[in-house]
Amino acid sequence: MSMELSILLSILIPIIGALLIAVTGKIPNLRESVTMITSVALFLNVLTLLGPVLDGERPELQLIEMFPGLTIGFKVEPLGMMFSLIASGLWILNSIYSIGYMRGNNEKHQTRFYICFAIAIAATLGLAYSSNLLTLFIFYEVLTFSTYPLVSHKGDENAVKGARTYLGILVTTSVAFLFFAIAWTYAAAGTLDFVDGGILGGNVEGPMLGLLLMLFIYGIGKAAVMPVHRWLPAAMVAPTPVSALLHAVAVVKSGVFTVVKVIVYTFGIDNLVNSASAGWLVYVSGFTIIAASMVALRQDNLKRRLAYSTISQLSYVVLAAAILTPISAIGAALHIAAHAFGKITLFFAAGSIYTAAHKTEVSQLNGIGWKMPITMTAFSIGALSMIGLPPTAGFISKWYIIQGAVSSDNFVALAVIVLSTLLNAGYFLPIIYAAFFKKEEDRKDDHHGDHGEAPLPIVIAITSTASLTVLMFLFPDVALELAQQMIGGAQ
Amino acid sequence: MEALDFISPGLYNYWIVIFLMMAGFYIVIARGNLVKKLVGLNIFQTSVFLLYISMGKVQDATAPILGEGFDTFSNPLPHVLILTAIVVGIATTALGLSLVVRIREAYGTIEDKDLLELEDETS
Amino acid sequence: MSAHLPVLQVLIPLLAAPFCVVLRHRDIAWAISLITSLVCFAISLMILDQVLTQGVISYFMGGWPAPWGIEFRIDVVNAYVLVIVSAIGAIVSLYGRHSINKEIPRNQIYLFYTAYLLCLTGLLGMTATGDAFNLFVFLEISSLSTYALISLGKNRRALTASYQYLIMGTLGATFYVIGLGLLYMMTGTLNIVDLHNKLADVDGSLRTFQAALAFLTVGLSLKLALFPLHLWLPNAYTYAPSTVTAFLASTATKVAVYVMLRVFFTIFGVDLFEETGVPNIIMILAICGMFVASTVAIFQENLKRMLAYSSVAQIGYIMLGISFLSVTGVSAGIVHLFNHAIMKCALFLALGCVMYRVGSVKLSDMHGIAKKMPWTMGAFVVGGLSLIGVPLTVGFVSKWYLINAAMEADMMPVAALILLSSLLALVYVWRVIEVAYFRAPKTESNIKEAPLSMLIPLWIMAGASIYFGIDTDMTLGVAELAAEMLVGGTP
Repeated sequence: MSMELSILLSILIPIIGALLIAVTGKIPNLRESVTMITSVALFLNVLTLLGPVLDGERPELQLIEMFPGLTIGFKVEPLGMMFSLIASGLWILNSIYSIGYMRGNNEKHQTRFYICFAIAIAATLGLAYSSNLLTLFIFYEVLTFSTYPLVSHKGDENAVKGARTYLGILVTTSVAFLFFAIAWTYAAAGTLDFVDGGILGGNVEGPMLGLLLMLFIYGIGKAAVMPVHRWLPAAMVAPTPVSALLHAVAVVKSGVFTVVKVIVYTFGIDNLVNSASAGWLVYVSGFTIIAASMVALRQDNLKRRLAYSTISQLSYVVLAAAILTPISAIGAALHIAAHAFGKITLFFAAGSIYTAAHKTEVSQLNGIGWKMPITMTAFSIGALSMIGLPPTAGFISKWYIIQGAVSSDNFVALAVIVLSTLLNAGYFLPIIYAAFFKKEEDRKDDHHGDHGEAPLPIVIAITSTASLTVLMFLFPDVALELAQQMIGGAQ
Repeated sequence: MEALDFISPGLYNYWIVIFLMMAGFYIVIARGNLVKKLVGLNIFQTSVFLLYISMGKVQDATAPILGEGFDTFSNPLPHVLILTAIVVGIATTALGLSLVVRIREAYGTIEDKDLLELEDETS
Repeated sequence: MSAHLPVLQVLIPLLAAPFCVVLRHRDIAWAISLITSLVCFAISLMILDQVLTQGVISYFMGGWPAPWGIEFRIDVVNAYVLVIVSAIGAIVSLYGRHSINKEIPRNQIYLFYTAYLLCLTGLLGMTATGDAFNLFVFLEISSLSTYALISLGKNRRALTASYQYLIMGTLGATFYVIGLGLLYMMTGTLNIVDLHNKLADVDGSLRTFQAALAFLTVGLSLKLALFPLHLWLPNAYTYAPSTVTAFLASTATKVAVYVMLRVFFTIFGVDLFEETGVPNIIMILAICGMFVASTVAIFQENLKRMLAYSSVAQIGYIMLGISFLSVTGVSAGIVHLFNHAIMKCALFLALGCVMYRVGSVKLSDMHGIAKKMPWTMGAFVVGGLSLIGVPLTVGFVSKWYLINAAMEADMMPVAALILLSSLLALVYVWRVIEVAYFRAPKTESNIKEAPLSMLIPLWIMAGASIYFGIDTDMTLGVAELAAEMLVGGTP
């Protein structure tokens, strides 16, 4: 199978899957099998690209020339490879989980749910492989619109309101700032391709470069840098599988992925270092990390706490990129992966608790660890990864980011990381403590009292992601190799 | 002298055109009665007819008919054009008037003000 | 035969119209108008092909050579517009049968088709002719039949809307004649190319010249509904029969824009035109129109009226592109001419389907309608996304070009304004989508999907607005050729 075909299939498989899901929508068992088969096929297909990319190849596919000189094209580079592996791999687990969750909670419109999910995955892969900003922007928007029905899934007043915030902020920022920045880049550089070392060097200078960077950072609303983060908590009205895969992995990672891509391949790290116009980004992302953690500390709703934690963790990636050293850029890439595994585990756990015990608030979780041991163990692993403790993936990425901060004498970044680690511990450890060591209060309406573990598919999914979080700590080779190649190319 | 050329009697036809044009335009805007608006529209169009016809006039020339002893003719083209424009004007007036009839049937009035009130009620 | 295509294009609908009157039967009249429209479409494609391969076509009416006789002169610009108009005509007459049978009294239906064919004649004639006065005659043919078409609407307000349009339209046309008369005074010719040649020697500061330009501009602005001369448009579009609205919205204003292009670029030429300062005025009005009309659209309860205001805003985009006076800008305007015709046609056709089944296009009557009419609302969503300018729809192509034109002219604020105004489109489109998809129907009703004969044309248009959003070769290619020709000053 040629690599061009693999690239094309990466986008086509989920779309074909979506069509088949639509056709088989009347027969749930068949429909779910389609979802599973599609996700596995997609992952296998993505895997065929991994070998060549690790060998230094950069498979390319130019689809059509949309505007003279501007094509919809794909080029698989290491970071995109890593992102697509994460997204497609976790889609399998998430599909297993979705089946358990959607059935366990008797959700409506399940066919629409699976269709939109598949389209969102197609958009994510398209975004991961984009060879230029135009293609990236196209898939970025497709992703936004295809996830809208997922966020507003419940259809009640609350869900529609949340979804409106979600769409409003993401589209507003992307159209008003990102599109503008892309057009500006095109006007200045005459190209939008992702090129090693960037395309803006010598084309945009001084304060204008800083302004352009600002347009990009706030245009990429999916990266949730404050103050354009509000859509993420709003999106928590979605069913948990959506929050898990899309708002811990696909959508938000698309945001930070785009940020890293733009900084590395559009601006060029050296160019930004020389022009000293990216310093503010360290402060902005640092502020977001700390502020979001503080807010997370005060959230009682578990999913909202996770959402704010996500905001904070996303800014780790932005911060790492903004430190502008090769080693911190590796940290940024690794953190995309590490946070993906950890956060999806946490969301799975939240959904698991909701399905089995119908509990949504942190304060209700006393003693739940003994009723749902697997879920809460997985939760603990995810939480450790968020804090950045071994033996979890979060430790590795944080290690690289800290090294980067130290090597460039960036003490602000260092201080932010240390402080936020404490804050992370502050809002995750009490949950674990309460779950295992506090006694469950006597409840008067005891019909939720005797619950056990969540349904089997959920347990399978959550165990897998938790294991991945640990495995990435033990065997970080592939991720590290990809991250280093990204930098090797960029220098 | 040159500065005053534009009020010289030789160009009075244009003054008439402008007067008619503005008068017609004013009626269209200011009158509330739908029929009167159409009258205004007609005056407005007529001014244009005059504008065209008067530009076809050539000093000391005859009507554009070939005949002994005449060698300068007025330009016939504007007349032809205006014939067409007159036809168009008639069609417009006819259509406008028939609309007015229909409006009267539907609303019972052809006064702008009353129509607005009636429409506000229904909408 | 092929030498006579330009005149056949106009003659066939003109001759077909009386047949409809004579035969007095609604189905026969429909068949005649459908066949005529399809033939016109075929002819227009043949003409476009001829123009692209062999260059400009000159057809001398009755064998009298220009500038004495009337010339039909077809170059890339009007060949392109001919295709747009006749394609929309074909689609609309394919679609119209059911809708017309329902919305117009039985004994008037054959008259409707007569008026429609005359309107088509007028629009095609305006586009094909190379004689400025002949253009006025066709303009009046199309206008008079349009007034009749609008007055056929069910609501009695259609009558006043039609009357209002008659007054405004006639004023506009008369202004055009005045302007033309002044030009004739200076040059003694009415042939467009001849006018161009003779005006090349005229001093731009001459008062007659400036008055002529002013009259022509105002007159045509009235016809094409440039803000603030758009007052006739919302009522006319709202109360006309659905089919008529779809037809007018995508053709009448577009042809007026074409005439404007001819006047500005072919008759006056870029340089003279720029000297007068008119482009700046148009730019400001266009931007005002984009914002004011979009804002008003947000507050409309009647969706046809909402789309009517959106049309005013979209015309703003077209005129804005033209006012840049650059190749990119004019291409953007021309491409949007085509793109807007497609998407607005799809949107109004979708509303026609709603009108057919529900009997109203008020937002409050459309709660949850997407479940009952999924295909109709699906097409509406496609059209709506295109209005917003979401990637992979035609709207994005136009917007991209427009932004680039603004960047090229070093007008960053204008670029920003374009993007901001498209956010307004997001608001008014999303309002509809939310109501149609996420609200529960108010009452149980047995509303069905529209008949297939309406859905197929609808989806041809919706499909086209996706297809041409991805494959831009044809539209952009022709638009650029046309723009180069217009801006380059070759008549």
